Amino acid sequence: MSFSIQDLQLILPEAFLLFAICAVIAVDLVIKPAQRDATHWLSIGVVVATLLLVIIDRSADARGFSGMFVHDAVARLLKVFILLVTIAVFVYARTYLKDRKLFVGEFHMLVLFAVLGMMLLVSAGSLVMIYVGLELLTLSSYALVALNRDSPLSSEAAMKYFVLGALASGILLYGMSMIYGATGTLDLQKIHAVASLAAGSSHQTLLAFGLVFLVAGIGFKFGAAPFHMWLPDVYQGSPTAVTTFIGSAPKIAAFGMAWRLLDGALGGLHPHWGEMLAVLAVLSLAIGNVVAIAQTNLKRMLAYSTISHVGFLLLGLANGTPSGYAAAMFYAIAYAIMSAAAFGSIQLLARAGFEAEEIDDFKGLNQRNPWYAFVVLLVMASLAGIPPLFGFFAKLLVLKAALDAGMLWLAIVAIVFAIVGAFYYLRVIKVMYFDPPETKDTLALPQDIPLRWVLSINGAALLFLGLFFGPLLSWCYRAMGAG
Amino acid sequence: MSFELILFYLFATVLTVAALGVITVKNSVHAALLLVLTFFTAAALWLLLQAEFLAIALVLVYVGAVMVLFLFVVMMLDIKVEPLREGFVRYLPIGAIVAVVMLVEMLGLIGLKTMSAQALPADPAGASNTAWLGKALFTQFLLPFEVAAVILTVALIAAVMLTLRRRVGVKSQDPAKQVAVKASERVRIVKMESASKGGTP
Repeated sequence: MSFSIQDLQLILPEAFLLFAICAVIAVDLVIKPAQRDATHWLSIGVVVATLLLVIIDRSADARGFSGMFVHDAVARLLKVFILLVTIAVFVYARTYLKDRKLFVGEFHMLVLFAVLGMMLLVSAGSLVMIYVGLELLTLSSYALVALNRDSPLSSEAAMKYFVLGALASGILLYGMSMIYGATGTLDLQKIHAVASLAAGSSHQTLLAFGLVFLVAGIGFKFGAAPFHMWLPDVYQGSPTAVTTFIGSAPKIAAFGMAWRLLDGALGGLHPHWGEMLAVLAVLSLAIGNVVAIAQTNLKRMLAYSTISHVGFLLLGLANGTPSGYAAAMFYAIAYAIMSAAAFGSIQLLARAGFEAEEIDDFKGLNQRNPWYAFVVLLVMASLAGIPPLFGFFAKLLVLKAALDAGMLWLAIVAIVFAIVGAFYYLRVIKVMYFDPPETKDTLALPQDIPLRWVLSINGAALLFLGLFFGPLLSWCYRAMGAG
Repeated sequence: MSFELILFYLFATVLTVAALGVITVKNSVHAALLLVLTFFTAAALWLLLQAEFLAIALVLVYVGAVMVLFLFVVMMLDIKVEPLREGFVRYLPIGAIVAVVMLVEMLGLIGLKTMSAQALPADPAGASNTAWLGKALFTQFLLPFEVAAVILTVALIAAVMLTLRRRVGVKSQDPAKQVAVKASERVRIVKMESASKGGTP
């Protein structure tokens, strides 16, 4: 019931991150605008240090702060990849933001605060922590989308994101209040105990009602159809550096939230939410893949592709088995890494006054710079799910888990739409390799060595992790306690 | 049906109708006034549950501070001066209705208090509402409480980022410079030729 010193040890990475953010704010306040690079490298240093703290922490699973904070293998695994992806996001953003005079300290602070929110979210042990962690993440994201405040497109995107995000938070809270009303506790573990017992009781209706609202809220935060309306506008409207961030790491955190809520708290109601998630998954796969075909803007196309990938992710969650959760977790991590590379390559091609966000901007990239054309090829092929890349094994595992759980028709639907979806990824590859370039000169790459290296590593990682996916996969299985 | 239950249904109806009004009426000042009524009725419902501290806090913070600020903003948005002056008479009816409904709710609560001294079982530990809340906030809910503080910090940073514009030519004070000023910088002695008596005025 009370606070003990062991709690601080559990929360050490988060506490360090919070104090480090405050230090970054103080440093950014006193330095001159010309020295803004200091904030940039300091922020990356903070994320790396937090990552080290998460990795070296070998303490046993525990719950701290009266059950508010959960320290377990799933949380650790998700945190490692959230932090890794964030490092890539920072590195990609530097030149892009500088070219647009958006290279301000606030970008770094808000991203760091969002990372703190995600870390708390995946470690949440209570409905209250889920809510405050989520708000910390989304509030930072709203402001980030509006980073380019003089652009009407950016402001419109931020407004849509804010209104729909607030609505989603309201729906989620309403669901939580009903769950609380039915079970009388906010603690996820206790809810699990009570909710499982309540099958057939008079509270069942109230629980089911709360569950519907929770699933709708989760769908909103993921961007799953039919709650996906905000996603394309926000992805297109925000600066690409911000899109890279909100399109990658938060998906890992959203998986953590969905898993904690649905399995951790309401595992006993799996027959109900399994079906709801299956419907969301099919709709997302259909809408995401079909509408993406019609897009000419790459950012918009990737937004619809996100919706379809969320469909796959939900397919893994809908199983309700540990191997299904492990597959969904693997998928969330794979998607975050692929998405970071995809938006990173847009930022590589972008210059001052040129966004490189149309698919036509990639025309003949192979003749202008073969290596980066190959990196984009790896990213697109991985998103499409072509073996032996990372994305293929992520899809394969989800489908295998779905088949094991006896969801044959869902697996068939997923495969059909994955093949439909391959079309628009392959179109980007076709444009790069077979269309004549609009200008003959070689690509003027930004003089940003870290950006080139990290993007190359990120692209190569898709191939490497596709060939050697074993360790990560067994880590996911171990964390979920699946065989 | 006890008096308490009747009051609950009364408050619940007022709350729902007022909340619906907030999102349906066209006039933004009416909407703001109805929002005041919504908050007030929610506070009355909490009083019914004997959550006195929360109810008072809701009235003080939301009705007292936040909503007045809201009303200011809403009225400022209408830049024309004439309608602002007419405002008092125009908004009097809705304001009066809101006030009367609030009065009825308060009287109902006082009536309940006199009719039944013990509506709900009191806390067996004998701790007051406020003490219990304070204890829970700083023991069981310490972590979310701190995170809420972080969320407020983010809101602050975001607000500054989105609204602060450094325009050239804006005159502002720099206290450090003001303090460090020397006497020689304050007074400038200018040598002038003395003017003759019959010179220009």
